[in-house]
Amino acid sequence: MEWLNTILQGILLGGLYAMFAAGLSLIFGVMRLVNIAHGDLIVLAAYVALVATQTLGINPIVSLIVVVPVMAAIGYVLQRGLLNRTLGDDLLPPLLVTFGLSVIIQNGLLEIFTADSVKLNAGAVEIQSIAVGGGLALGVLPLIQFALAIAVIGGLQWLFYRTALGRAFRATSDDQSVAQLMGLNNAHVFGLAMALSLAIVAVAGVLLAVRANFDPSMGPARLIFGFEAVIIGGLGSMWGTLAGGIIIGVAQAIGAQIDPGWNLLAGHIAFLIVLAIRPQGLFPKVHG
Amino acid sequence: MSDFRVQHASWSSRIGTTIVVLAFVAFAAAPWWADRANLRLLSEIFAYVALASLWNLLAGYAGLVSVGQQAYVGLGAYVLFGLAMLAGVHPLAAIPLAGIAAAIVALPVAALIFRLRGHYFAIGTWVVAEVFRLLAAQTTALDGGSGTSLPAAVVVSIASSRQMREFTIYWIALAQVAVVLFAIVWLLRSRYGLALTAIRDNELGARSNGVDVARIKYCVYVAVAFGTAMVGALIFLQKIRISPDTAFSVNDWTAFVIFITVIGGIGRIEGPIIGTVIFFLLRQTLADLGAIYLLILGVVAIAVMLKAPKGLWGLIADRYGWQVFPLERRLVINKR
Repeated sequence: MEWLNTILQGILLGGLYAMFAAGLSLIFGVMRLVNIAHGDLIVLAAYVALVATQTLGINPIVSLIVVVPVMAAIGYVLQRGLLNRTLGDDLLPPLLVTFGLSVIIQNGLLEIFTADSVKLNAGAVEIQSIAVGGGLALGVLPLIQFALAIAVIGGLQWLFYRTALGRAFRATSDDQSVAQLMGLNNAHVFGLAMALSLAIVAVAGVLLAVRANFDPSMGPARLIFGFEAVIIGGLGSMWGTLAGGIIIGVAQAIGAQIDPGWNLLAGHIAFLIVLAIRPQGLFPKVHG
Repeated sequence: MSDFRVQHASWSSRIGTTIVVLAFVAFAAAPWWADRANLRLLSEIFAYVALASLWNLLAGYAGLVSVGQQAYVGLGAYVLFGLAMLAGVHPLAAIPLAGIAAAIVALPVAALIFRLRGHYFAIGTWVVAEVFRLLAAQTTALDGGSGTSLPAAVVVSIASSRQMREFTIYWIALAQVAVVLFAIVWLLRSRYGLALTAIRDNELGARSNGVDVARIKYCVYVAVAFGTAMVGALIFLQKIRISPDTAFSVNDWTAFVIFITVIGGIGRIEGPIIGTVIFFLLRQTLADLGAIYLLILGVVAIAVMLKAPKGLWGLIADRYGWQVFPLERRLVINKR
């Protein structure tokens, strides 16, 4: 029973990791950019939520109304002002610029908010749980988190295949110059893709901040979890990233159950095993 | 057929090489003209030139952009501590052994992460470094996450007097950077260097001309791991204290190294040297700023990447055609 509980908690945690992964996967799919600052942007979103809840006196979940548009705006400006200039055949500029960005965000947050860890308080919802029988109970917050992850991924799937914006994303992904010939403004499309990615980052950041303590240095680990979920799921597959996130979450939960020191290690090992035996991921779609 | 030959040296490389050789002679004599603090600073500078030159070989020439080289700095350091403390190996003899151990570990690691294409390779290297850090934190024999210090007996075995110990470590640091630079110059002058330069300039073109790109990248990755681990081993032998967070620090061993190389000039052997000089000048003036210092460094590196992607030395080399080391290839017709 204890193990079943562990696995259930791992699955629910996997929803959060899938959300880390969805934004990363979206950007890579549309413009072949791997955003090394992705994890630090998640932490930035958590701090934006911290400021929003403190100044407006609202619940963290409600603060999404503020945090999502703020992060989306940051994403659009970042893409148009900086990242679009790095795109091209050369791998180096986007990697080094987003790596530099990661260091800048991390140290900027450190300077403003210090290294002390903080947490957002979502109130009574944090400790509520629903009994599911057999002596098991699921926390309401993890359930909300998982439901949001499914909603985000389902929404992305719908957006990609059912809307004009999704068609523009897929067109630039397939062939940038032809997309431009068809009248798309690639720079604008990329800006929108980054805005959407950071809107998802905002949701993930708020959930992260409510779930546990956070501090400026924890971005890179979030990037790595998201990245592992993307690779396990298979490049370009949205539902695959959910499966990847769940695998990382369950592996971490089982690892922590065996020995607290094996918590993170177990997730990485699960990733390395998938890389060794199925490098294209579980549900591959595009070849990057 | 043999009425032409390839000439590497030019007038600028003769001047440059002379200056480099004279500098090495002066640095070798540093224990007689520099004080303790400056010796320490110099060995730190040598370590960064070596680390940045190795990363430059990896990323600038072989196109393998790693953000996880701290994996090998830390691994080398931990192997040295393990061998010296648990197996009773002489700490200086443990330095080359640390390099060999890292090269052996790099063989399967490279096979695994080379499955990740392009951008994702970078993050894959970071995962490897994280795994190494977490494993080091689980190594109870070396006090796990809290880290450990070299016992006095091990430290004394380097040399009996403190002064002689400092001199010894300083000279090894100098020798390391000399060997790294010499090896890279030698490599780049060989036919493999021609292949590497071709990969740097155009990977597809290199492949279509018969360069076995995958094999060369694999060899470079393992060789760089070997060198990086030896540099890391010496850095922590000098520090005497080790912990997973310092040994596998992404800021110290990767962010600084990348910024140094980008600012100095990526894909050029002179770049990391210029970059390290700028880095330490900035550090000596801005170190009091703490986190702001790293922030400024990040901004400078991004600005350089966007405005002058070949770095400072790239600007100089393009403008004046200078080279410090005899690397260029010019065909000279032999007079009969």
